[in-house]
Amino acid sequence: MVRAAGRGGSALLRPGHIGSYLFLLPSFVFLATFTYYPILSSLELSLYRSSAAVRHPVFVGLGNYAALGADPIFRQVLVNSAEFLVGTVPVTVALALAFALLLNRPHLLTTPFRTAFFYPALLPLVGAAAIWLFVYTPGYGLLDVYLRRISGGVNWLGSPSLALPAVMILTIWKNAGYYMLFYLAGLQTIPAELYEAGRIEGASGWRQFQSITFPLLGPTTLFVLLIASINAFQSVDHIWLMTGGGPDNATNLLLFYVYQVAFMFFDLGKAAALTVFLLAVLMTIATASFGLLERRIHYEV
Amino acid sequence: MARVRRRVFVLVWAVCVGALAFVWLFPLLWAFATSLRPPGQLGSQIASLWVHHPTLGNFREAWSDAPFLRLYYNTAVVVFGILAVQLVTITLAAYAFARREFWGRDVLFRLFLLQLMVAPSALILPNFVTLRTLGLLNTRLGIMIPYFASALGMFLLRQAFRSVPRDLEDAAAIDGCNSLQTIWNVFVPLARPTLVAFSIVSIVYHYNEFLWPLIITDTERARTVTVGLASFTQSAESGAQWNLIAGGTVIVILPLLVVFVLFQRRFVESFMFSGLKG
Repeated sequence: MVRAAGRGGSALLRPGHIGSYLFLLPSFVFLATFTYYPILSSLELSLYRSSAAVRHPVFVGLGNYAALGADPIFRQVLVNSAEFLVGTVPVTVALALAFALLLNRPHLLTTPFRTAFFYPALLPLVGAAAIWLFVYTPGYGLLDVYLRRISGGVNWLGSPSLALPAVMILTIWKNAGYYMLFYLAGLQTIPAELYEAGRIEGASGWRQFQSITFPLLGPTTLFVLLIASINAFQSVDHIWLMTGGGPDNATNLLLFYVYQVAFMFFDLGKAAALTVFLLAVLMTIATASFGLLERRIHYEV
Repeated sequence: MARVRRRVFVLVWAVCVGALAFVWLFPLLWAFATSLRPPGQLGSQIASLWVHHPTLGNFREAWSDAPFLRLYYNTAVVVFGILAVQLVTITLAAYAFARREFWGRDVLFRLFLLQLMVAPSALILPNFVTLRTLGLLNTRLGIMIPYFASALGMFLLRQAFRSVPRDLEDAAAIDGCNSLQTIWNVFVPLARPTLVAFSIVSIVYHYNEFLWPLIITDTERARTVTVGLASFTQSAESGAQWNLIAGGTVIVILPLLVVFVLFQRRFVESFMFSGLKG
């Protein structure tokens, strides 16, 4: 690195260097076309009014963003997305940790149990949603038949107050076992001597968890929080199948709203402004946690 | 005394975790049971795991209601097409980042990693516009092309390549291998576990992908199984034909589940691995 920098710009022209760029070229062409360019083109498109009704896009400056600010559905979508994030991520991560702690022991049943928690991660989200549609069916669905005494027979997906929690439960069920794997991997890296020492000092199980297990799993927790949060903004397949964003936009999430505005209402300018907003959210999450993660890992090493 | 307590503890553990695992498995067990249930059984019978007179009729009907053969074919082409191109692009890029020194390497590396935060699913609108311009709507290539580069794959492979001993590389050079031959003869064989892990993760991800293929296709020509299942489910749901929905769902989820059961350890390790380093 230092050597290369020392040689300055002329190093660029040495044959070996041109070769290096050739190795990167195939990846770069696709990244440029389908990651970098679309980020920029969303920014540009968001400055125009462009829809099925308008033949040639009209420059409107920040008009689309202003329209978003005044859009009550957008406000609801933001509230829903925040609720979805806060309602799924901590619970999923806590469950994942609990599963990993419960299944971090050698036993005949450990592998089948792990499989039972992990398999939902392998299902397509729409496939899982097709099954869960039945779970929530009023009258004779699984929840109503087995839990009627507790739940009292409610129309989960038809109720504006229960539809979002219903979708959140499916999300938690689907992801907890996946994140469990990361915790199982993390647990393997904790040296057994630490627990040995803890036991000699007479630390209880809970105390050991508090002062050994949980702190040493810190990087894992941060990492899982990062993917879970990014995931919460990037997967809406189940919304499409189960609720279509309804009832009354109660389950409309940011990416789903992008989809709706772009491909059902054909308001491309507004959808582009929404995309820019979504990108800003994703980048904020990623930058925040990468910063934390890096600091944390350096600290560990 | 201590041994008895231990036994009791393990028993309590098995019962409690077992109950939780059963809850987790229930939706899948229900889907399998109901896919085998003859259409006549209605009401609360549908919710039970017990099937009187199991039948394959639902599969037959689902199979004829939706063009599953076509859907499977499209999914197979998409999944393996993406993987084939990815393996080439990530191997070349990972080699450059792992072993070459060149101007702008760190900046480029970070630029590549941007794809980890901004997955193509967030860029459905601009990428749709691009594909329309390229005339790739309603094609399998259109479904595949945004995924031909993979930051995750490049990143994992770079880690693996970095641990390849320099001596082997030098030996290959002395034997007269050029860079491409060295990659093929030295780096790729040594990084096989990483390549396998990445392949499994990539296959599962793209088999299950839904929103992008949905947007890109509006005819059956290029549709994948997930898109087919979703429209199939929508039409069957209006008639409350849960046996059929379960049948269709099982048809779609079975291939991955079977492969998973056969190669369970490989799968679990791959997913663990991709997350650990990603």
